[in-house]
Amino acid sequence: MRKQTFLGYRRENGRVGVRNHVAILPVDDISNAAAEGVAANVAGTLGLPHAYGRLQFGEDLDLFFRTMIGTGSNPNVAACLVIGIEPEWTKQIVDGIAKTGKPVEGISIERYGDFKTIERGSRIAQKFVQDANERQRVECNVKELYVSAKCGESDTTTGLGSCPTVGSVLDGLDAVGATMSFGETSELTGAEDICKARAATAAVGEQFQKVFDAYQDLIRTQGVDLLGSQPTKGNIRGGLTTIEEKAMGNLQKIGKKCRYQGVLKEAEAPKGPGLWFMDTSSAAAEAVTLWAASGAVVHLFPTGQGNIIGNPIEPVIKLTGNPITAETMSEHIDVDISGLLQREYTLDQAGDKLWDMMIRVCNGRLTCAESLRHREFVMTKLYRSA
Amino acid sequence: MIHFIVHAPQDSVGVLVKDATKNQKLTGWNMETDATVEIVTKEDIPLGHKVALKSVKAGEKVIKYNVPIGKASQDITPGERVHTHNLKTARW
Repeated sequence: MRKQTFLGYRRENGRVGVRNHVAILPVDDISNAAAEGVAANVAGTLGLPHAYGRLQFGEDLDLFFRTMIGTGSNPNVAACLVIGIEPEWTKQIVDGIAKTGKPVEGISIERYGDFKTIERGSRIAQKFVQDANERQRVECNVKELYVSAKCGESDTTTGLGSCPTVGSVLDGLDAVGATMSFGETSELTGAEDICKARAATAAVGEQFQKVFDAYQDLIRTQGVDLLGSQPTKGNIRGGLTTIEEKAMGNLQKIGKKCRYQGVLKEAEAPKGPGLWFMDTSSAAAEAVTLWAASGAVVHLFPTGQGNIIGNPIEPVIKLTGNPITAETMSEHIDVDISGLLQREYTLDQAGDKLWDMMIRVCNGRLTCAESLRHREFVMTKLYRSA
Repeated sequence: MIHFIVHAPQDSVGVLVKDATKNQKLTGWNMETDATVEIVTKEDIPLGHKVALKSVKAGEKVIKYNVPIGKASQDITPGERVHTHNLKTARW
């Protein structure tokens, strides 16, 4: 029997989180030092340095704001301090996060300098942390979860074991009305027809095809192909030969029953329950950062050869069906389902094991990646800044 | 003991879930039909890599998950390892 409740944090807007972070969010690359200064001063805060935020424009700027506001708005974040070089974009991000009703404040560095900014920021962050730590976990239902799924350093065992195990869990989550998302546009090459057919309606299938074709066109206009990148060298070492083979393994993650309800832009929040396709990179840290910014609170990550990614906002639960990886990289693997490949248990029983770990992590158990301080916060950038 | 797994009945390859050596008789399991399959290896094949279950001529499709995963770049015979040396993507 798969447990249907867990102890989570119910936020001001009713959304449910599984972590209670106080985020110190720099608006731009040059504000990282001040944000990290505050994070170093005040225990229990989470600094989120990143590489961008200056002179972006157009769609790339829209994605930047969506990622910043979405990250601060994630239900795993109790409160957020935003620090930018100048006040206007800082305020735009603060105002976006404030719509959730959670505590958020913004400060800017010009006319103060780093010393005074860090002092002002530290006083705000201290209050945020002290207040956040009084928040209590309450009983929540699994259907209130938003779960993202993506695999990495895949091999042939991923398609045999860990991806279909995630599929079993996503089918179970879909049945109770939870929200889920998958993506990895380039990595569906060879399985795109099957993916298109899994859309809830023909119109949604066409939306997927449009997004898929747009990325294929981007590759072509560069005058290149993805040989050498897709599959990766790690994939090939693990026995995967072609992108078609990798794509078929990848798609096992969406299970046998659930159908996706719509197609999301990068970091865009799902518009309701059920499964959603998001247009993402297949690079783990970039993709998981987009899902966290779209509001996902826990991530399921099948791996074959041993991708070790973590994310600062949403806990990343790793599972593998590869017995070598389970043994040699055990500090990174939350759920070992290698017994599935020896028929020691069924696929749905492997799904039960992953479901149980998902509930435990939602209750507060640290994932392997969290315990190892893997906090890969990697923004997706669409093109060069002005 | 299972040495390899086959995704679907039409597949021309199986996936090793144990390391295998040349001339080893392997027992496989077809996930879809639950049938038991046997093959004798023609070379060493490591865990995770594929063994050919059928003959595939150069230029013909290699089938896994019951769909094409690329084309043979040279003739493949049962028991051989199937990887980048004899299988290429049909996409790029």
